[in-house]
Amino acid sequence: MLVSTPVRRLATAAVLALSGLAAPALAFEPTATECIAPANPGGGWDFTCRQVGKTLQDLGLIPGTMQVSNLAGGGGGVAFAEVVNKRNDENNLIVAASTATATRLAQGAYPGNTRDQVRWLGSVGADYGIIAVAKDSEVNTLPELMEKIKTDPRSVSIAGGSAVGGWDHLKVLIAADKAGIEDLRTIKYVAFDGGGEAVTQLLAGSVQAFTGDASEAKGFVDSGDIKVIAVLAPERLEGDFASFPTAREQGIDAIGANWRGFYGPGGMSDDAYGFWVEQIGKVYDSAEWKQVMAQNGLAPLDLRGAEFEAFVADSIASIEQLSREIGLIK
Amino acid sequence: MDALASLADGFAVALTWQNLFLALVGCFLGTVMGALPGLGPSNGVAILIPLAFTLGLGPTEAMILLTSVYYGAMYGGRISSILLNIPGDEPALMTTLDGYPMAQQGRGGEALALSGVASFVGAFLATWGLVFLAPQLVKVALLFGPAEYFALFVLAFATLGGIASRNQAKAAFAAALGLGIAMVGVDGQTGVPRFSFGEVHLYDGIDFLVAIVGLFALSEVFIFLEHRGEASVEGKDTGAGIGRIVPSGRLIARCTPTMLRTSLLGFIAGVLPGAGASLGSFLAYSMEKKLVDREGTFGTGDPRGVAAPEAGNNAAAGGALVPMLALGVPGSGTTAVLLAMLLALNITPGPLLFTQNPDVVWGLIAALFIGNLMLLAMNIPMVGLFVRVLLVPPRILMPIVAMVSFVGIYGISGSTFDLLVMVVFGVLGWLLRKLDVPLVPVILGVLLGNLMEANLRRAMTISDGDWTTLFASPLSIGLWTVSIVGFVLPIIFGKVLRARMGRRKDEEGAVSD
Repeated sequence: MLVSTPVRRLATAAVLALSGLAAPALAFEPTATECIAPANPGGGWDFTCRQVGKTLQDLGLIPGTMQVSNLAGGGGGVAFAEVVNKRNDENNLIVAASTATATRLAQGAYPGNTRDQVRWLGSVGADYGIIAVAKDSEVNTLPELMEKIKTDPRSVSIAGGSAVGGWDHLKVLIAADKAGIEDLRTIKYVAFDGGGEAVTQLLAGSVQAFTGDASEAKGFVDSGDIKVIAVLAPERLEGDFASFPTAREQGIDAIGANWRGFYGPGGMSDDAYGFWVEQIGKVYDSAEWKQVMAQNGLAPLDLRGAEFEAFVADSIASIEQLSREIGLIK
Repeated sequence: MDALASLADGFAVALTWQNLFLALVGCFLGTVMGALPGLGPSNGVAILIPLAFTLGLGPTEAMILLTSVYYGAMYGGRISSILLNIPGDEPALMTTLDGYPMAQQGRGGEALALSGVASFVGAFLATWGLVFLAPQLVKVALLFGPAEYFALFVLAFATLGGIASRNQAKAAFAAALGLGIAMVGVDGQTGVPRFSFGEVHLYDGIDFLVAIVGLFALSEVFIFLEHRGEASVEGKDTGAGIGRIVPSGRLIARCTPTMLRTSLLGFIAGVLPGAGASLGSFLAYSMEKKLVDREGTFGTGDPRGVAAPEAGNNAAAGGALVPMLALGVPGSGTTAVLLAMLLALNITPGPLLFTQNPDVVWGLIAALFIGNLMLLAMNIPMVGLFVRVLLVPPRILMPIVAMVSFVGIYGISGSTFDLLVMVVFGVLGWLLRKLDVPLVPVILGVLLGNLMEANLRRAMTISDGDWTTLFASPLSIGLWTVSIVGFVLPIIFGKVLRARMGRRKDEEGAVSD
């Protein structure tokens, strides 16, 4: 009763999609494809699986519907362990990942698991970090905020939506590091459950600054309740955020990209790996995906196959170093 | 008035055959999901998201479907609380306290119908609150910083003692146990895992749904097994007839002040992000107990003890939509899922939502009114059907309870580890029942403990460890005063109360946690 209706709908949709499908000419033929979202429905990973799965289906790149499984737990660690230990040889499986995955791998928060146990497929965009203050704050630029932290670190509390050591925290540390703050441990970071709660506390005046992703802050930027003092992107973003300066423009060369992408099982065949890299690339290139990116505040980040492997390795190395500096790992 | 004109436009949006049908489907599915232990509003809404996408629904239609499920689940949660002493979802926890004793006394039908009415009143008033107060109420949410939130949770724990137990020490022990369980998992303020023993499944902490289903549902099954299927499980079918199906006007009149007060309280708790429906129903119950329970009948099947948490938690569900729509901040798991859905539909909740997408907001609010009426109309006649559950012999009912528990919990995370955790909680629940330790404070400790700790430590981080920050605002001083009064008064007047309680305790033998 509960499940049968959606299942029947999905089955119908699958049959319809099958009938109009031209099979791609590759050595690997996908059958029942699956995407694991390592979190409960509603979060970023779930979104990545569902939107990419839907686009793959709409473009006829996979046969039928991509099944999305939610495998929550351990900040993605449960799914990672499951793929490594139990589903290492599957060719029809991809898993949603993001900077949070890299952060936890770097900090050893997936016990016994490392980056090279899986194959990194490609990215589908990035959500760049922002640092913001309340609209009536006396601080107007990123260097001003950093100067305040330098002179009196106790006077500035920065709220973010991730735990200490999580990505929202690390973004501030990256900026502070580039701004020449010596002891990163003096920076007061207050962890909230999600960016929304953190912004609320900025509006309530409990904290002096907010660190988060551009997409989280969009509603408040539109209403003028908060003042974005820096975007942690290499260049200015498009659309609503175009008027906000990057940290780089202000002389602080900090970049914080929360990328979204996929990995596959480590034992995936080379043919299957090639297939997924190509299809995810096709999704990225499509007009449909451009629209999804625009709607959800995702900025361009196009890395595929080997390039993406190298990028993930780099970002894990730099997060590891940063985490060591603040004493989170030894 | 502006709001009324907009609401009329909203009704124009909502009153199409398609939307009415979606609301009806949503209400029905929601009620069923709410009633099943394990499946709560957040899973219910999440399960239906793919359906909304597959049907290609627009933002308004999709939100109508999903919020109907949300409201429906808030209604449904009470059903298993009352009939089986198993909360269908976490906000329905408090309804077990008086609902189950009522069912044991053969007044199950009355309890169900009354709680249906109370749910309606709570949700109805909250929806009006949403119409008129949403923009202003956002300011209330902004008064609450970490220090004020901490004081609010202290208030909840200070009033805990009076609940659910004749033995204060056992209630305190149960709450401490719950607080201990809440500590498991990665600590957000330092990023360090606690009590996880390197087990990655424990990094996110223990899901309170797993704890609830284990403690309440499975322990019930264990108790049944212990009695080796003897007909009489804690007097379950001794007096449990169906009773009246329509509550008398007098009963409703008697509960009306309770419903009005608790609707208001629940609504405010719902508006505060991070407090939500569980705190709403809990505070509603303890406030009513303090205010009107002069004869010590709360906890033994007092209808007001059923009306209070139900009005409170349904009002909180409406209240939780305020920060979600107006701030884009989810106040509960369910609103987090709804928020994600809105974002996926290219609607940005936030301060400008009311001006940028008035059709979505007002269509949604109108749909809430319609859904609420449907739920009342659907729930009252169905009481007769629901109460027949009581007539099902335990030897058939208990295996079903066990099955639903396992399926429900596995459905949340797809993890067999959670099933093991649930069984552990089942054994724990069985032991605690044997020791006559109340189970409700355990769950409250798990539910509120994390939030209380997180807010204390946030406040401490912001103030550089200066404890006076906890009493720095008038609001927090007010909350502290209420908690101290709530804690101390019963101790002073305890003697008087105990004397009264003694008189009434006569033949009340059944154990009701």
